[in-house]
Amino acid sequence: MTKPILSVRNICKSFNKKEILSNLSFDVQKGEIKVLIGPSGGGKSSLLQCLNFLIFADSGEISFKGNSINPKKPTELRKYRQQVGMIFQDFNLFEHLTALENVTIALRKVRKFTKKEATERALKELTLVGLQDKTDHYPAQLSGGQKQRVSIARALAMDPTILLLDEPTSALDPELVNEVLQVIKKLADNGMTMIMATHQMDFAQNIAHEILFIENGTIIEQGSPKELLCESQKLSRTYSFCSALGIHTGEK
Amino acid sequence: MEELFLSFMNALVIGVPKFFFPQIDPFYTEELLPLLNIGLYNSILLIIPSASIGFILGAILGSLQTYANPVVAKTATIYSQIFRGTPLVLQLLIIYFGLPAFNIVLSPYFAAVIGFTLCTSAYQAEYIRGALVSIKKEQTLAAYALGFSKFATIKNIILPQALRRALPGCGNEIIYLIKYSSLAYVVTFYELTGNGKKIASLTFRVLDSYFILALYYLFLVSIATLLLHYLEKNILSQQ
Repeated sequence: MTKPILSVRNICKSFNKKEILSNLSFDVQKGEIKVLIGPSGGGKSSLLQCLNFLIFADSGEISFKGNSINPKKPTELRKYRQQVGMIFQDFNLFEHLTALENVTIALRKVRKFTKKEATERALKELTLVGLQDKTDHYPAQLSGGQKQRVSIARALAMDPTILLLDEPTSALDPELVNEVLQVIKKLADNGMTMIMATHQMDFAQNIAHEILFIENGTIIEQGSPKELLCESQKLSRTYSFCSALGIHTGEK
Repeated sequence: MEELFLSFMNALVIGVPKFFFPQIDPFYTEELLPLLNIGLYNSILLIIPSASIGFILGAILGSLQTYANPVVAKTATIYSQIFRGTPLVLQLLIIYFGLPAFNIVLSPYFAAVIGFTLCTSAYQAEYIRGALVSIKKEQTLAAYALGFSKFATIKNIILPQALRRALPGCGNEIIYLIKYSSLAYVVTFYELTGNGKKIASLTFRVLDSYFILALYYLFLVSIATLLLHYLEKNILSQQ
C-alpha cells in the first residue's frame, strides 16, 4: 500500500462533556473518494471540521503527506488549510462579493496573485462549474445550486490536494441537487481526492471507493459500497439505514 | 481655500438676495451673513477631520472590542464607556483648560477636533461592534478554510460586510457630530454658533440671528444626509 495522503489517528472531541467524536482513525489515499454516511448528529460534520481544524480536536493526530499538523502554529495551519478545500452545507459564500470576487479574493489575499492572474484563474474555475455567465452576480442573486457551484469553484481555485464536502446538496431544492452532483462527479472523474458527507446514497454508491458509516462519533462500519450495500449484507447497519431512508440499495 | 469658499458663500447668500431685493436690511448683508459664513467655514474645518478620523478610530475600536484578546477588548470597552458616559462639554473643558496642568497646551482648534474625534469614535465603535457581531460565524469559517489569517479575515471579509450594515447608524452619528460641533465655542473656537452668539449679543437681534443660524445647520445636515444616502445606495445595493 502506498503512503496515505491524509492520515487521521485517534481523533476525540467533546462539547460540554458530550462526546461527539470518539477515537476515530482512518487513512485517505491519493485519488480516493471516501463517503461518510450515518444519522444526523452522528459526528460527520464535526469530523470534517476537525480535519481542517475549524474545530480543534481534543486529542489525536492528523498527518498530511506524512507530516503531522500542529494547529498551534498559525503559518503551518494556514498552509495546510490552503491544500484542503472545504465545501459547506450552506455554501457560505461571501455575501458582499460577486461570484467572481468570491473566487478571486483568496487567490489575491492568500496566494498573492495579481488581480489579472486571479481573474483568469477564477474564470477558468467558474467555467468548469458552468457559471461563466454569472460572474457578476452577487450570492443573493444566485440559486442554491449556483451558490454551491461557486463555492466549489472557490475551493478549486486554491489547487487543493484534497476536498472536504459537508453535505453539499442537503440545503438544496430537489431539482437543483443534480447540477451540483454533476460537478462533483466531474471532479471525481478527474481523480480529485475527496471526503464527502452525504445522504445521497445513489450518488455515494456510484463514486465512493469506501463508505464510512458514522454513528455516535465512531466508525461503525466501513467498506466498499459493494461490501456494505449488497443483498447478502442485509444485517449491516449501513444497509438498514439506507432501507430506512427508503433508498433502493443493492448492486446495480 | 478659505477665500474661495467665502467668496462663493457670500455671493450665494448675500449677493443673490441683494440682487433680487435691493432694499434688504443691511444687518443681514453687512453683519450677520458675512460672519456666519466665516463660522460655517470654521465648522466645516472641525467636522470633516473629526468625522473621518472618528469613524476610522471607531472601526478600529469596534473591531478590538469584538476580536482582540480580553485585555485589549476590555480596554477598548472602558474607553468607549468613559467617552459615552461623560458630557462632551466636560471633555472639551478638560482637554483645553485641564491638560495645560501637564504642560500639554493645545490651540482651541486642535482641542476641539481632538475632543470631537475621541467622543464620536466611542459612539461609532458601538455601531460597528453591533454590525460585526451580526455577521454570521460561517463567513469566518469559510475564510479560515481558504487559508485566511484572522486579521485578513476581519479586514477583507467581516469588516466590509459590517460597515455596510453599520452605515445608517454611523451616518446618524455624523449628523449628531455636525450639531454638537457647536460646542467648540466653549474652548473659544469661533465656529457657526460662536459667531451667531457674538452677533446676537452685540446687536440684540436675537431672534433673527438664531433663526438664520438654525437654517445654516439645517443646510449642513441636509448636505450630509444627501451624501450619506448616496453612499448607502451605492454600497448597500451590492448585497
